[in-house]
Amino acid sequence: MSIHNRDSFLDQVAEKLGRERRRTGVMRPRWRHTPQWKVFEGDDRDDLSDRLKEQCGRIHTQLKRSTAERLPRVMDETIRTFGRSVVIGDDPRFQEYGLDEYFQQSREKGELDVHVWDPARDEENIRFAEKADVGITFSDITLAESGTVVLFSDNGKGRSISLLPRTYIAILPKSTIVPRMSQATREIHQRVERGEAIPSCINFISGPSNSADIEMNLIVGVHGPVQAAYILVEDR
Amino acid sequence: MPVKIGEKEFFQRVDEGIQDSLMRGAVRSAQERLGERRLSAAEELGDWEEWRNLGEEIRSHTMENLDYYLEQLSDKVEESGGHVFFAQTAEEANRYIRNVAEKKKGKKVVKAKSMVTEEIGMNDALEEIGCEVVETDLAEYILQLDDRDHPSHIVVPSLHKNKEQIREVLQEKRGYDQTSQPEEMAAFAREQLRREFLAADIGITGCNFAVAESGTVSLVTNEGNARLCTALPKTQIAVMGMERIVPTWEELDILVSLLCRSAVGQKLTSYVTGLTGIKGDRDADGPEEFHLVIVDNGRSNLLGTEFQSALHCIRCAACINVCPIYRHIGGHAYGSIYPGPIGAVLSPLLGGYDDYGELPYASSLCAACTDACPVKIPLHELLILHRRRMVEEEKQSSFGERLAMKGFRMAATSPRLYETGTRAAPGVMSFFTEGDSVKSGPGPVRPWTEIRDFPAPSKESFRQWFQKRQGKKGEDE
Repeated sequence: MSIHNRDSFLDQVAEKLGRERRRTGVMRPRWRHTPQWKVFEGDDRDDLSDRLKEQCGRIHTQLKRSTAERLPRVMDETIRTFGRSVVIGDDPRFQEYGLDEYFQQSREKGELDVHVWDPARDEENIRFAEKADVGITFSDITLAESGTVVLFSDNGKGRSISLLPRTYIAILPKSTIVPRMSQATREIHQRVERGEAIPSCINFISGPSNSADIEMNLIVGVHGPVQAAYILVEDR
Repeated sequence: MPVKIGEKEFFQRVDEGIQDSLMRGAVRSAQERLGERRLSAAEELGDWEEWRNLGEEIRSHTMENLDYYLEQLSDKVEESGGHVFFAQTAEEANRYIRNVAEKKKGKKVVKAKSMVTEEIGMNDALEEIGCEVVETDLAEYILQLDDRDHPSHIVVPSLHKNKEQIREVLQEKRGYDQTSQPEEMAAFAREQLRREFLAADIGITGCNFAVAESGTVSLVTNEGNARLCTALPKTQIAVMGMERIVPTWEELDILVSLLCRSAVGQKLTSYVTGLTGIKGDRDADGPEEFHLVIVDNGRSNLLGTEFQSALHCIRCAACINVCPIYRHIGGHAYGSIYPGPIGAVLSPLLGGYDDYGELPYASSLCAACTDACPVKIPLHELLILHRRRMVEEEKQSSFGERLAMKGFRMAATSPRLYETGTRAAPGVMSFFTEGDSVKSGPGPVRPWTEIRDFPAPSKESFRQWFQKRQGKKGEDE
C-alpha cells in the first residue's frame, strides 16, 4: 500500500465542508469565462511566427529562421558561437532534418564532440551533459505568446539535455507553433482522457534560466542554461 | 508555532522595520517594479477581469470538491509509481519525510524553494537526524548561509538584503572574492551549487499546483534549480499544501498564467515543469522513487467557514506588492513566514490569535490587495472579519470601541508607526480628496462619505505644526 492516512484525512475534509465524502460523480463544470481562447484567435502560422519572434526578444533568446535544407548550415553557425561539445536527444527528427549526417561528419572531422543521449547509460549521459557547451532538442509544441518550447522529456529525450549544458538550442518545426499554453495543456489533457500515459517529465521552457533575487536586478543564467537560441524551421 | 519566525513582540518588530531605512528602500523599489510589471502584463492580456473571474471560478469549484480531487490525485500518483502520504500535522509530515531519508540512507538533500516546507519546519527535522539540507534557490541559499536569516517575501525571500550585504555573506561563509555585481555572485552560486546537485541523494520541492487527473506535480520557476532537484537525485519528495490542486491540465494553464503574470509580470516563467511519478523504464534521468506529502496543518479548519476563500491563494504575492503597510514595515515585522495582506489573513488562522492577533490591524483597509488578487480573494473583508471575530471572542465592551482602541493602541504605542501614519495620511487620502474635503473615501471612511464629506487630512501633523509653532515662538522672543 503506497497511500497512507487517506481516509481519515479526507473524511475530515468532507466533514469540515459539511457534507458526505464525495468519491464519484463530481463533474468539472463548463467554465463561464473562457478568455484563454481569444488570445491570437484567427492568427495563422506566419502571424504566430512573428509573435514568437517578438516575444523571444523579451526573453533574451535569439530566434533564427531556416528552411529545412539550410538547417544543418544554420545549426553549424549557431553551435560555433557557443562551443564544441554537444549533447543531443535520441530523437528521429534529427535524422528527418538531415542533422544526423551533419553531426556524424562534424564528429569525424574532429570539429565537434557529440554525445547522443542513450537511456541505457544513465550516469554517463549526465557526466557528459554536465560538461557540455550545448544541449539541443526539438520542440514538441511551441507557444507563440510566451516564447516557450514544450518538451516531452522521456526515453531518449533526457531531462538534462535542456538543463545541464551552458547553452540550450531548440529546433522549432513551424508546424508545432500554437498561440499559447492553452493549446498544449488541452492536448495533454486529451491524452490523459484517452487513458494514454504521459511522459514522467513535461517541460515548458521559455528562454535561459534567470533570477531577480539580488536587488531585483535581472540576472540571465543561473542554475540552468546561461544562454538560449531557437531555430524556427520550415517543415520538410 | 510552525508559521512563526522569531520571538519578538509585534510592536518591536514594527519599530525595527520602520527604522531599517535600507530595507525600506529595497521594499519600495521592489514594490514599484513588481507592481508595474504586473500591471503591464495584465494589460497586455486584454481582458484581465475575465481571467480573474475564471481563476476564482476554478478555485471555488476545486475547494468545494477538495476531497474528491485529492482522492483522484493520490490514485494517479500511485498508478505512476509514486507514494502518497496524507499528513494532518506538521509533525506527521516531518516524521514521514525523515523516515524516507533514513530508509534511503540519504545524507545530502538539495531543496528548491517551498513555503510549505518552511511552514512545517522540515529543514530542522531533517538536520536533527544528521541530513545536510542545501537550499538551492539563489535567495534561499543566501539566507541559509547568513546564519539562517528568515525570508521577508514569498516570491523574493531575500528582498531585505542589498547586494553589498549579499557579497559579505558569500565572502564570509564561502570565501567569495569577487565584486558585488549580481551576475558574478550568481555565477559563483551556480558553480558552488552544481556540485551539491550532482552529489545529492534526495531532492525536495514544493508544488505550485498538483494536477488531479494525471497525478502530476507542477513547479513554476526561473532559475532551474527545481529542475535540477528533480532530474538528478534518485529520490524525490514533493510537499504540498492540500489546497494546491487543480482538476485537469486545462485549469493548470489558467492558474499558471495568472501566477506568472501576478508574481513577476512574466507571461510564463523560464520553467514550468510537470512531473508525473517515477522515471520511465527507458528514461536515463529522473527519480527512481517519488513521494508526495499532502499537508493539512490547520488548513481544513478554514473549510466550510467564511475564511474558505483564503485557501484559494496561489502564493503570487501580488497583494504584498501593493500593500502600503508592508511597504513601511517590511516582511519580518509580520513575524510569520506569510507576510503582507494574505499573511495577515492566513497567519492567525494557522497560528492563532494569541500570536497573530495584531496582524489584521496591520492594514489600512484600502483594499488594494483585494483589487490585485488574481483569484479575487476579498482580503480586506477577511481582515475585518478577523477583527470582528477577535472582539466577539473577547466579549468585552462594545465592538466599535474595542476596534478603535485596538487600532489606536497599535499606532500610538509605536511612535514611528504613529509618525508614519500621520505623515502618510494626506498622501494616501489625496486620491480621494477634492479641495479640502473627501467626498468618496476608501475602506472605513466610505460609510461616512456616502452621506457627508470628510475633512481632508491636514498636510501637517499636529506634531509638525507644534514643532514649527515652537520654533516660531523662539524666533519671536
